[in-house]
Amino acid sequence: MSTTNPKFILMLEDVNKAFDGFKAISNLTLYMDEGELRTIIGPNGAGKSTMLDLITGRTKPDKGKIEFGKDTDLTRLNEYQINRLGIGRKFQTPSVYIDHSVFENIWLSLKGSRAVWTTIFARLSSDERDRIHDVLNTVGLSDKAGSKAGSLSHGQKQWLEIGMLLAQDPKLLLVDEPAAGMTDEETHKTGELLLSLEGKHSIVVIEHDMTFVRQIARKVTVLHQGTVLCEGTVDEVQNDERVIESYLGRKKKAA
Amino acid sequence: MRRKATKFELWSVAVAAFVMIILLPALNATPTGSFLHVSNFTINLYGKYLCYGLLAISVDLLWGYTGLLSLGQALFFTLGGYMMGMYLMRMIGDLGQYHKPIPDFLVFLGWSSLPAFWKPFGSFLFAFLMAMLLPGTLAAVFGFLAFRSRIRGVYFSILTQALTYGAMLLFFRNSLLMGGNNGFTDFKFIFGYNLREATTQRGLYIVTALTVLIVFLICRWLSRTKFGLVQQAIRDSENRVLFSGYAAGNYKLFVFVLAALIGSVGGMLFVPQVGIINPSEMGPDKSLEAVVWVAVGGRGTLLGPILGAFGVNAFKSWATRAYPDLWQILLGALFVLVTLFMPKGLVGLPDQLRGVKNRFVARRKNGTNEPAAAVSAAPEEMAKTE
Repeated sequence: MSTTNPKFILMLEDVNKAFDGFKAISNLTLYMDEGELRTIIGPNGAGKSTMLDLITGRTKPDKGKIEFGKDTDLTRLNEYQINRLGIGRKFQTPSVYIDHSVFENIWLSLKGSRAVWTTIFARLSSDERDRIHDVLNTVGLSDKAGSKAGSLSHGQKQWLEIGMLLAQDPKLLLVDEPAAGMTDEETHKTGELLLSLEGKHSIVVIEHDMTFVRQIARKVTVLHQGTVLCEGTVDEVQNDERVIESYLGRKKKAA
Repeated sequence: MRRKATKFELWSVAVAAFVMIILLPALNATPTGSFLHVSNFTINLYGKYLCYGLLAISVDLLWGYTGLLSLGQALFFTLGGYMMGMYLMRMIGDLGQYHKPIPDFLVFLGWSSLPAFWKPFGSFLFAFLMAMLLPGTLAAVFGFLAFRSRIRGVYFSILTQALTYGAMLLFFRNSLLMGGNNGFTDFKFIFGYNLREATTQRGLYIVTALTVLIVFLICRWLSRTKFGLVQQAIRDSENRVLFSGYAAGNYKLFVFVLAALIGSVGGMLFVPQVGIINPSEMGPDKSLEAVVWVAVGGRGTLLGPILGAFGVNAFKSWATRAYPDLWQILLGALFVLVTLFMPKGLVGLPDQLRGVKNRFVARRKNGTNEPAAAVSAAPEEMAKTE
């Protein structure tokens, strides 16, 4: 984390995206500081995942600017180019390589050349081995290194995927509902893991579970109908009239 | 688990290689009356099956290892066959029906001298280079366009099928000067050896068996490199691969071209042993059959496709003789049964049986008949086929 350059690590300005006339994202503007841990909440269909799709190059905006770091225009790049800039994304449903061992999953994710020829002749170096074990330690899967990823529990798969992101040593981590489908204990552990990464990476967490949000949240952004409704601490956000109306209020009543 | 399988696998490969490359040809060389004698017919048949084995490996590299179901691999096999066929046609010299120095079908079409593109095929080296270049370039161009547009799944399968069908229609045309619907046949010599001699056929058989071994070893090595891991990762989670910085399309393109080359080599070896090549080999049904071999043998393994190509074709040649009216139904039934009850094919059978035995033993120990203990055919396997 460089403090000499107080630039935003991520900047979205007036971004619009419609699917068949449905405005998934409208005039979305969001800035993120380097090293920040940002939580994004919002009701279903608020455009949270679409926003991640736009940042990671899975879809292109109809209008608007998306920039990373020092003026890198992300709208012209595709998924793997954006990833190589240092943006890692964790999907909502865990996506790991089920037929490979946990160790191999991390190996394939380690920062390094992605070219066809280099992978054909690549050998696992002892330096790489150390880095893989470091990552496995961080996500608490050291004793599972040799197991097939497909044999892990749901929560362990989520951690493995977070580990795969860490192996890439990304500047920006985008984490989509990491606690989905986890037990309370697993959720808490995931929260601690994310908090421990704060400062080393800039992190965006999208989440539904308000207990989890309370655990990890610093600055919260509320999305509603594809645009930013408000930003602030959890308490500020929860007491905001518009938020209560659009999202939390309904949820409180339901709960 | 992977380690344990390795030793057994290597031993079975070594034994199979010894039997196929050394023992069978040696027995074929014994005098005809001897009880050890293996007939020329058998050698020729097995040679053909091994060529199909190469086609099956080419299907499996794409389907089993990369998750790309190509329904057009027979196209590359046939193209290799045609390139070899052109060389063999030139080797006939003036011994054809018309006793002209050009292939009979050209005489029939009114040609009196060789078309320019036929001339260099008098050299085997040139024919071989073309057998690599033509399918390789076609696969590279087709793959580049398909993978750049992110064509996947069933759309990719349909496109490959359309490609081979289109090529078949093209080769049916006499104006292509590639023999039209009759293709090439009546070959006489290869490298100066008479193709009708048992020794020539035995030599071709040995070369084929060696080629299968070499291709097998190369693919086995490749599947264990980091490249192989990426390849299989694309099969299991292409998004994760893309979002991990890998240009998945480049990897797919590499595998697609490699598979085309392996298929082409199979076709080159096939033609001199079978003695004929025509456009019907490019028919979509031929490519589908190759998919069946892989499914029966066990996809995602390298022994599986060879075993499947051998087994299904042996079954087919038995069934066509024993039940000439029913063989297609039998073949279809075999495919359906294997897909339903042996998701990992012949190669996965030992593991599957061990699983059944373990469950049986466990149930005995518990002394109960709990339905939970009798879950059918390992749910993990079912999940993986999705």
